[in-house]
Amino acid sequence: MKSITWKIFLYLLLVFVSVAGITFPIVEKPVAWYEFPFIPGLEENAKIIFFHVPTAWLTVIAFLMSSFFSFKYLRRKNLDDDAKAYASAQLGMIFCILATVTGAVWAKFAWGSYWSWDPRQTSIFALLLIYGALFALRSSIESEEKRATLSAVYSLIAFVTVPFFIFIMPRIMKGLHPGSADDTNAGPVVDFKMNSSMQLIFFLSLIGFTILYFWMWKVGYKSIIYRDKLNKQLITPDISGQGG
Amino acid sequence: MFIIVAISVILFSIGNEKINESLTGGLFWVVIFFTAMSGLSRAFVSEEERGTTLTLQLIASPTVVFTGKLLFNLILVFCMNTVIALLYSAMFESFVLKNFGLFLATFILGNIGLAVASTIIAAIISKAGAKGTLYPVLSFPILLPLILTSVQLTLFAFDGTSFETAKFELAIVVGYDVIITTASYMLFDFIWKD
Repeated sequence: MKSITWKIFLYLLLVFVSVAGITFPIVEKPVAWYEFPFIPGLEENAKIIFFHVPTAWLTVIAFLMSSFFSFKYLRRKNLDDDAKAYASAQLGMIFCILATVTGAVWAKFAWGSYWSWDPRQTSIFALLLIYGALFALRSSIESEEKRATLSAVYSLIAFVTVPFFIFIMPRIMKGLHPGSADDTNAGPVVDFKMNSSMQLIFFLSLIGFTILYFWMWKVGYKSIIYRDKLNKQLITPDISGQGG
Repeated sequence: MFIIVAISVILFSIGNEKINESLTGGLFWVVIFFTAMSGLSRAFVSEEERGTTLTLQLIASPTVVFTGKLLFNLILVFCMNTVIALLYSAMFESFVLKNFGLFLATFILGNIGLAVASTIIAAIISKAGAKGTLYPVLSFPILLPLILTSVQLTLFAFDGTSFETAKFELAIVVGYDVIITTASYMLFDFIWKD
């Protein structure tokens, strides 16, 4: 019963965010609560922020969760933890692609080209490669325990080198993305250029997408665990006569 | 052998054109990366192929094994890359180092990072089924921050930038080396013990 309420709440939240994010007008001097301010240099493109930032945020969250459960797997050798890490990595890959695509579309209109090897783009590209390598590694190993251990080790190694990409490199190198070293705004756009209604939708969107991620992740890892259980039953039918 | 092939391919494809410094610095690390990819995966794969892994597991602790393999790869990387650097300075006119100390520091730190990262990936690869093709796929994202910073530092060395200006990039490479070494030593136990 409780989960139904959550799902309805999430549905309404995401519908509201999508509709509001796309349809609310951008005007010079916002008066009504549903009007967004005009941001110089961004103009109408500003609206994609409601979808680009949450996906990029979830890419990092998913990677964090995946590494956390990889670590947990290496500590306790429980295959359920591996399923959790794997489900999180799958979602992270999806959100990573979404963030790359929305970012490229935004870049086309804001910077003039889809891809310009901005430090941010390099870092998201590296994340994409890491996710890809993780799946390539997983698919090449047959044994379940071995696959879980090796992919956990790899994702932890990637986890200790990834901060270079996401947090350090884009900030010290000159780039076009907000937050770069030569950024004249001296801070993220969120803090001072958005008015309260824009901030509200922005944070609602972040919350909505985060809940969506956790829900999808839960469904994902449960299905992996059940599938493994069924596979085991099919291979070795137990005494009660199930499976086989 | 791979070094000579790679460098001559680059020389042939350039022809008589004069290439600028930034391209030379980039090509230098491209050759280093691919040489490492072709040579360094042998460290653990050869043990698996000859079936000597079990003996090693019995007589030595994982840390000792990893240190040995790391030393082997370090020596290999330093030999290969010294040859590459010498050939480069002989073949390319634009390979002129204005700040030799900075280049040397970059070279040593970059090689250490390269050797450690490729050793731990080689250990993962040797336990996984597919050997040849997976190695560059797994190594590239891990090595990317190291290579990007090293290319930047090599360009600094060409320009004759002082240590003072380049200290942030040097700090990144040092940090990378420390982090990857620590992580490798901590995680190698899990790979080695089946």
